[in-house]
Amino acid sequence: MLMINSPAELEACRKDILSKRDPKKPCITLCSGSACHATGSEKVARAIELEVKNHGLDVEVDIRRTGCHGFCEKGPIVVIYPEGICYLKVQPEDVCEIISHTFKEKKIVERLLYCDPNTGEKATFEHDIPFYKNQERLVLGLNRKIDPKSFEDYMAVGGYQALSKALFEMTPEEVIGEVKGANLRGRGGAGFPSGLKWEMARNAPGDVKYVIVNCDEGDPGAYMDRSLMEGNPFAVLEGLMIGAYAIGAREGYVYVRQEYPLAVSNLAEAMKQATRHGLLGKNILGSGFDFTVKVHCGAGAFICGEETSLLMSLEGKAGEPNPRPPFPATKGLWGKPTNINNVETWANIPLVINKGAAAFSALGTEVSKGTKIFSLVGKVNNTGLVEVPMGIPLRDIIYKIGGGVPGGKKFKAVQTGGPSGGCIPEALLDIKVDFEELTKAGAMMGSGGMIVMDEDTCMVDISRYFLEFLSDESCGKCTPCREGIRRMLRILTDMTTGKGKEGDLELLEELAETTKGASLCALGKGSPNPVLSTMHYFREEYEAHIVHKRCPSLSCKELINYVIDPEKCKACGSCFRQCPAEAIHGGKKMIHEVIQEKCTKCGTCLEACPARFGAVKKISGEPVPAPLSEAQRTMA
Amino acid sequence: MSEIVLQIDGKKVVAAAGMTILEAAQTVGIAIPTLCHHEKLAPYGACRICTVEAESRGRMNMVAACTYPAEQDLVVTTRSEKVDKIRKVLLEQMLSHAPDSVQLTELAKVYGADKDRFSKESSFCILCGLCVRYCAEVKKKNAIGYIDRGPRREISFVPEVAGKECWDCKECFDLCPTSALQAAYVLTEALAATPTPDDDGCGSGGCGSGGCGCKH
Amino acid sequence: MDIGRIDQVIDKHDGEASSLIQILLEIQSENHWLPKEALDRVSERLQVPMSRIQHITTFYKAFSQVPKGRHEIHVCVGTACHVRGAQRVLEALEDATGLKPGETDVELKFSLETVNCLGCCALGPVMVVDGEYHGNVAPAKSAEVLKNYE
Repeated sequence: MLMINSPAELEACRKDILSKRDPKKPCITLCSGSACHATGSEKVARAIELEVKNHGLDVEVDIRRTGCHGFCEKGPIVVIYPEGICYLKVQPEDVCEIISHTFKEKKIVERLLYCDPNTGEKATFEHDIPFYKNQERLVLGLNRKIDPKSFEDYMAVGGYQALSKALFEMTPEEVIGEVKGANLRGRGGAGFPSGLKWEMARNAPGDVKYVIVNCDEGDPGAYMDRSLMEGNPFAVLEGLMIGAYAIGAREGYVYVRQEYPLAVSNLAEAMKQATRHGLLGKNILGSGFDFTVKVHCGAGAFICGEETSLLMSLEGKAGEPNPRPPFPATKGLWGKPTNINNVETWANIPLVINKGAAAFSALGTEVSKGTKIFSLVGKVNNTGLVEVPMGIPLRDIIYKIGGGVPGGKKFKAVQTGGPSGGCIPEALLDIKVDFEELTKAGAMMGSGGMIVMDEDTCMVDISRYFLEFLSDESCGKCTPCREGIRRMLRILTDMTTGKGKEGDLELLEELAETTKGASLCALGKGSPNPVLSTMHYFREEYEAHIVHKRCPSLSCKELINYVIDPEKCKACGSCFRQCPAEAIHGGKKMIHEVIQEKCTKCGTCLEACPARFGAVKKISGEPVPAPLSEAQRTMA
Repeated sequence: MSEIVLQIDGKKVVAAAGMTILEAAQTVGIAIPTLCHHEKLAPYGACRICTVEAESRGRMNMVAACTYPAEQDLVVTTRSEKVDKIRKVLLEQMLSHAPDSVQLTELAKVYGADKDRFSKESSFCILCGLCVRYCAEVKKKNAIGYIDRGPRREISFVPEVAGKECWDCKECFDLCPTSALQAAYVLTEALAATPTPDDDGCGSGGCGSGGCGCKH
Repeated sequence: MDIGRIDQVIDKHDGEASSLIQILLEIQSENHWLPKEALDRVSERLQVPMSRIQHITTFYKAFSQVPKGRHEIHVCVGTACHVRGAQRVLEALEDATGLKPGETDVELKFSLETVNCLGCCALGPVMVVDGEYHGNVAPAKSAEVLKNYE
């Protein structure tokens, strides 16, 4: 069946697909998201295909390349169904053993199982791994069940049921009512209620209206939108079509970062297949509703994630924001009413329609409903994408799911909300994560980046880092953003290089106030947040940099020195040989010394020194010990 | 056309639909300072010197008077401690680029801005964009445009167009709040560049500013 | 890149001015930089003033108006990579190539670029050479990677 012309045909098609599938049939799934791709999942996939064939299992076993599973730290990930045996960090050379053990001898390959870094306990099945166990993967969960390029796979998991329901059982107003009732809030940043936004666009006068998917995911450290677009483009498209029907749009755009090539190609394939089956184009499912989509690639500008900039970019101009009002809902693309939502928001729509507002909003807090996907990254054991109900304590995300900070280091802060967000300290880890609570803590939800920082992360440097990022990404149109960021960055750079002055903190506060108060768009208005939140919670770190020229985290290069402890050095020569700057004074049976004038502070010596000696250390804010004499350096 | 009633600095103001706060204020003789605003050009909202407090439905926002529409029951305050402080810092930032600008110096007196507060910048331009927009919107020549973004944003003449159009026009010079210094400077440089047959790719004789990444 | 090919790209987008960025992206990806002649042709065919093209090509990071090296090195400097030491990786690569971000060497062998998050945060610090990802790179290892490129 090629064209699907009615809801009945849609269900018949689904029945046909399911009838050919045996849920008990073994299936090897392999994560083929970008991160697993980067760690060699394609080679593993080919090895699996070959091995399965060699064992003559190609009829008995299915192989499926799926979207991102989320546990990116441990990729490439192989899961074998129906049992759900989960193998991590699989390399092509492991495949032979996996196939012969699991399928021929019905044994588990122990060494590829998940091993808890804290307890050493192993987990055989996906659902036993703490990282997955504590999540609620309503949106992201489908990624691992389907091949993102397969229309049949999407149908098999209930695809297009929501669209069919919306088109045939609901009026546009009812669809909007459902989204409003679900209290779904935008997952891309400010958390504006999606239903209200849709209603504004629906009520705006005009025959031509547009709907847009914002996949210009620019927040550094956030990648859930990419994962959804790569792993389940059909769901995003289905959400978009439901929105188009509700608002009265016949045309849509998907704005994707060109840094996400796999998302672009998977989306293009999904669009091709949807069109072939009549689920894009004219008279969809025989409902009389027409809808087409165009893909537009971003060209490398963070600001284009801002709605009005995105529209400028879609019109073929530089991505400079325009003042609001007028809002895109009344005057958007080409001056027509336009509704823009981000990828995760669109992907939630089929869920809202299928489950209904009441069921959807059963999860979450008073003001934030449903689940949210966070990208848990940085100094945390289980790095990856996590989907949790709104209102879960921040501590649970970092410790129960994330497994805490690696290497026995101390947790310092978690940064949420991207470059307009803030850093949350240890003392506030018990807050319940939703839009309001994060804002109250001086951070924000943003698109859901969560970067964990440990004792080695300098908070002054982090705030400098974000200002540098924003200075690179500001469009430069308005004075407070362009000049304010330039000045704040200069002050912070001075601080991290030992040139901080008394009065700098007050000046930062003043600049922050102007930038926040007078900037044209959210990028400018939010730009002082990383500075203000770190100054609020970690003021003593700022003071140490300014007053004592000391970096308490031993991170700011200009404020630290590498030294070798004469008591601990065993003259093994490791640092001497590896130093790229020839800045180590070595010699046989001679205590080694760092020649400070030559040292580039690259840290190679610290890594080279065997852990059992631990002779190289960093110091800050204290004088470098005087060089030893030749006699003192000679070892007995 | 429907009428809108709002309040500016305690005065009741009746504005026509489509008016901005700035225009509404002008009708009752309330002056709000502007730099990037020009009546012949579309509102732009870049310099932000016209920032005012606007209260609507119990929420106070800082908005640019030159772009924000006059709304029913809006309560606007054009001078307050907060507004003045913002204008002062903005002026100080702009004065670091154009310390001798007459317009900026006059405003600096009003808001107590210190022209030496921030270290001097090498560019004279405050990027109000009047030249760029005037050339595009009024003259329709597009001889001058922006390049780059963020703190690296600059104005730059397009040599081929400028060579043909600018000598007989130069109307943008009078618009420049920094006394046309930068415009003249960039123009001279662009015109001085002579096209060479086999260039390094960044254009005839370079972009003239280094902004495009070529080594000029 | 010859004019005929540029015309093909423009025709593919029906010569629409709104497709300007898409057209420039295609030329950039095929040719690795945007020569003046190409921009002139695009300006003429789409009836878009050069001032706008000049702004766009310097505004968006994907575009280059100078030739790029045979091998393009991208170092991710997203937050997750930053806290895991991306700065030191970048410095090691600067030392190894003698380039600063945004530069290309005279032999046109390498171009060094930074990128604000590739979304591979779990693998940080990440560097990409000619589209091939290298995750968890230590500074010394990153310079080592370059030895595989001629």
